[in-house]
Amino acid sequence: MSMKPVFERTKGLTEAATHYCPGCTHGMIHRLVGEVLDEMNILEDTIGVASVGCSVLAYEYFNVDMVQAAHGRAPAVATGIKRVEPTKFVFTYQGDGDLASIGIAEAIHAAARGENITVIFANNCIYGMTGGQMAPTSLIGQKTATTPFGRDAKVQGSPIRISEMLATLEGATYIERVSAHDVMHLQKAKKAIRKAFEVQKTGGGFSLIEVLSTCPTGWGIDANEALEWIKSDMIPVYPLGVFKDSTKEMK
Amino acid sequence: MSKILMKGNEVIAEAAVKAGCKYFFGYPITPQSELVAYMARRLPEVGGLFLQAESEVAAVNMVYGAAATGKRVMTSSSSPGFSLKQEGISFLVGSELPAFLVNVMRGGPGLGNIMPAQSDYFQITKGGGHGDYFCPVYAPASLQEIVDLTQVAFDTADKYRTPVIMAADGMLGQMMEPVEFFETEAPELPEKTWAATGERGDGGPKVVNSLHLDAGSLYQHNKHLNEKMETMRENEQRFESQFTEDADFVVVAYGTVSRIAMSAVKEARAKGVKVGMIRPITLWPFPQKPFEETRERAKAYIAVEMSAGQMIEDVRLAVNGHAPVEFYGKNGGIVPTSDEILEKILAVAGGDHK
Ligand SMILES: Cc1ncc(C[n+]2csc(CCOP(=O)(O)OP(=O)(O)O)c2C)c(N)n1
Ligand code: SF4
Repeated sequence: MSMKPVFERTKGLTEAATHYCPGCTHGMIHRLVGEVLDEMNILEDTIGVASVGCSVLAYEYFNVDMVQAAHGRAPAVATGIKRVEPTKFVFTYQGDGDLASIGIAEAIHAAARGENITVIFANNCIYGMTGGQMAPTSLIGQKTATTPFGRDAKVQGSPIRISEMLATLEGATYIERVSAHDVMHLQKAKKAIRKAFEVQKTGGGFSLIEVLSTCPTGWGIDANEALEWIKSDMIPVYPLGVFKDSTKEMK
Repeated sequence: MSKILMKGNEVIAEAAVKAGCKYFFGYPITPQSELVAYMARRLPEVGGLFLQAESEVAAVNMVYGAAATGKRVMTSSSSPGFSLKQEGISFLVGSELPAFLVNVMRGGPGLGNIMPAQSDYFQITKGGGHGDYFCPVYAPASLQEIVDLTQVAFDTADKYRTPVIMAADGMLGQMMEPVEFFETEAPELPEKTWAATGERGDGGPKVVNSLHLDAGSLYQHNKHLNEKMETMRENEQRFESQFTEDADFVVVAYGTVSRIAMSAVKEARAKGVKVGMIRPITLWPFPQKPFEETRERAKAYIAVEMSAGQMIEDVRLAVNGHAPVEFYGKNGGIVPTSDEILEKILAVAGGDHK
């Protein structure tokens, strides 16, 4: 197979060393976003919004202007930015606790309003930063710090499928779920991210790319097992694919 | 320009537009809904933007985003909604973002009611959100004063890179008075070189952020914020004193209730009581000077509020034990009458003043 080496530097990221655990795919996803911004030559036209979660320090990693937002509020902050700087590219980078739990209202309404922003949604089925507690996306049976006996639908409810849910909104233009568990899927993920920023470029409206991401530390397994777990356990619950694409209708 | 008759909430809105604010993010709540509606109509006329947010939480975070790009921006709400903005205000402070926030206070706690009140004094003057901070708080007592203070508030926000609050009560928001908008000279303000506009020019990315993981760096950041607050405490106090030169007794009141208290003060004067009045215009920084000037002579102070007694604590600190501080207040939407305040003044003054 001929591929670009995965760890070549991109101008889309700063030189800061990331603080992620070994085997965590947050760094990979950052890289994909950085590459897309660089390849589209929009590094000096972009304002990113960092959320609260393990990726909170994203403002040190992306080589663009960055605004750090309160937990869950990134889509509102991005709305404020985009509405007053409509010619700039604006994106958020959010985890699943941030987006699907505390910030679900902001996410839904940003989508419903058709805000011309791009949301990069790293779903790792857990709260990584605070020590591995249940997220709204945690799988049934998944053991976490706050579901020590496994998530029980009767007690903690069922996983929220953000992509499917937001796809029901007319305001959402492009929604795709991808995965970071191997090189082939990372390439697909990058294409999806590129597509989302292209949608934004044409003034197309709200785009969200959900990336299934690992949290070996929170899941209590090693890096390879974590990649495997995405395949074996997450994808069956969170199928990959495009859930909304109204760019064709728009043409 | 001639005087026009307007409603308080609309005056705040128009004054903000005149102060160069083109962006408003808000959520409806009585008794400030006219402000939101006015902005929805008015801002498109000046090439600006009004956006109704899904909640006050979202609204204040939209303000945070817009402010991060260096734009003049505002939101407004009333008590329950203002509570929801506290996290955002704390972030604005931490990230040093200028913004104008209006609280047209109503009765609380809880859903309370939609009647005028001053019961959010603690929340707006003592930080309100988490962390060590104060925001400048302006408390106009008339619609004309709203016009003047709104300009001052926006300029102060930019000058110190801080959110500023305008505290009105429901009565001020709803009343109608003639006002005049003057062309004011734009003050010299620092350039917003920190703004994340996406247009770097200088090569390096701009970061707007309140996170400082390292204790030493957060300590330094807080020290910087505190120094700024000390400067504001020193330079930004505003107040009005009347009849205080010879006063034995001093009424202290702000906002609408100060107008009612003023008529009580005048009536008491007519009865021979040497009573004066201090009206704090900034609630933070709370004016110290008028107390320093009067406390050697005054026999007592009377704090009059539309609350169960909140500003009285700042009055006590400013009087610093030189004289007793009495209280008269009503809350829950009941506005003290001038007769009641007069009665209180006479009771405190003692003797026979019939
Ligand atoms: C208002 C508020 N509540 C709670 C927290 C604590 N907190 C920080 S990160 C986080 C969860 C983050 O999880 P997720 O978004 O899934 O990101 P991950 O760390 O897994 O990447 C929580 C609850 C906070 N910072 N602010
Ligand atoms: S805790 Fe989980 S999400 Fe956070 S850096 Fe470690 S592996 Fe990544």
